[in-house]
Amino acid sequence: MIKVEHLHKSFGKLEVLSDVSLEIAKGEVVALIGPSGSGKSTLLRCLNLLEVPTSGHVYIDGVDITVKGTNVLKIRENLGMVFQHFHLFPHKTVMENMIYAPTKVKGVDKETAKREAMDLLRQVGLEDKANSYPETLSGGQKQRAAIARALAMKPEAMLFDEPTSALDPEMVKEVLQVIQGLAHTGITMVIVTHEMGFARNVADKICFLDHGQLLEVSTPDVFFSNPKTERAKEFLSKVL
Amino acid sequence: MGLDFSQINFGFILGGVLVTLEFTVLSTIFGFILGTLLSIIKISKFAPLRWFGIAYTSVFRGTPLLVQVSLAYWAVPQLTGYDIPALQAGIITFSLNSAAYVSEVIRAGILAVPAGQRDAALSLGVPYGKMMRDIILPQAVKNILPALVNESVALLKDSSLVSVITANDLMRRAEITMSNTYRYFEPLILIAAIYYVIVIFLSWIGSRLERRLRQSD
Repeated sequence: MIKVEHLHKSFGKLEVLSDVSLEIAKGEVVALIGPSGSGKSTLLRCLNLLEVPTSGHVYIDGVDITVKGTNVLKIRENLGMVFQHFHLFPHKTVMENMIYAPTKVKGVDKETAKREAMDLLRQVGLEDKANSYPETLSGGQKQRAAIARALAMKPEAMLFDEPTSALDPEMVKEVLQVIQGLAHTGITMVIVTHEMGFARNVADKICFLDHGQLLEVSTPDVFFSNPKTERAKEFLSKVL
Repeated sequence: MGLDFSQINFGFILGGVLVTLEFTVLSTIFGFILGTLLSIIKISKFAPLRWFGIAYTSVFRGTPLLVQVSLAYWAVPQLTGYDIPALQAGIITFSLNSAAYVSEVIRAGILAVPAGQRDAALSLGVPYGKMMRDIILPQAVKNILPALVNESVALLKDSSLVSVITANDLMRRAEITMSNTYRYFEPLILIAAIYYVIVIFLSWIGSRLERRLRQSD
């Protein structure tokens, strides 16, 4: 459902992504891993055009979103995104965060949106926080709320940008469990992560990036036990 | 010497409170609306719009308010033949002028909202206009509220300038009283006190508003 072709992205003179091509099938769970600064997050952000690629193509369900005039908003509705630093709207309660986009963008009526939001909050274990402001939540709770907010738009795919990197260690697990739970629902997921154990458990496919190049695409078993490239071997020897 | 308030027509002077408040409130509101639009123009990706915003601010900040008011009241009718009422000329000038200052404040407020808020809104498919209105501006305004209250207080005090274009505000009524009675201290100290009370009142409203907006913290 997501296809990336010869993607390049530069910030000024700095080339962050260099000729990346990748295909992600419907329902697939893909982990993007690699050292800091390898371009993982930029690649993820190119998938919903939060970053505009310098050249190359990104197809979502067959539609080339890099073509000028594409309805990017419509595409984004369908691609939920979860950020390292949560980015909940601080002036809105958890419930208001949840129903804002469904009511204001999709035109779902408020009652339906609230009912669905409540179901999702129950799913992530936050039903008692519906009327709290984000400021009062712990990091793990904020991230679970942010995941629920993205799911409220009923996206076909979810993009996770280092969802546990900003969390205290004891809160990592509760967030990973929620994401793992999603993996079983058949939703397509692309996850940028430094949690190797998690990537190995949850992903169907591992993509290893280094210096803006996609060096390896393989199954977790192959990648973690028998990486092909020197760079991947070196990386794994440092993180495992 | 000694003070003699007996010749002062209190009712006449107090009548100026309404005029002064009308100036202040309307100019604050229009100035805020125009300033918001101007601030969005200034962060636009479209360069000519940005230039317009910068030039606008530069002109209105770079010329005296008294000259601007005089231009609106005396010079515009000469050009257009439209005999502009003092109140209208005053409110238009003050709103346009205030917009220049407020737009800078709001622009800073918008830039201070973390970039992640924009990312989060866009990733949910929220269009730019709604994102600004519902997500970015409410957070920006919350942070700049003290500066906005300052602007409103400044407008109130500067409103005394409209007395020169014959608007019947507090200042002008004090001047009329002075020329009728040859008493200077009494009317001036009286309107000074009135201005002060209104400023305190405005600040009080501002701090209440601030407390309400801080609910989410």
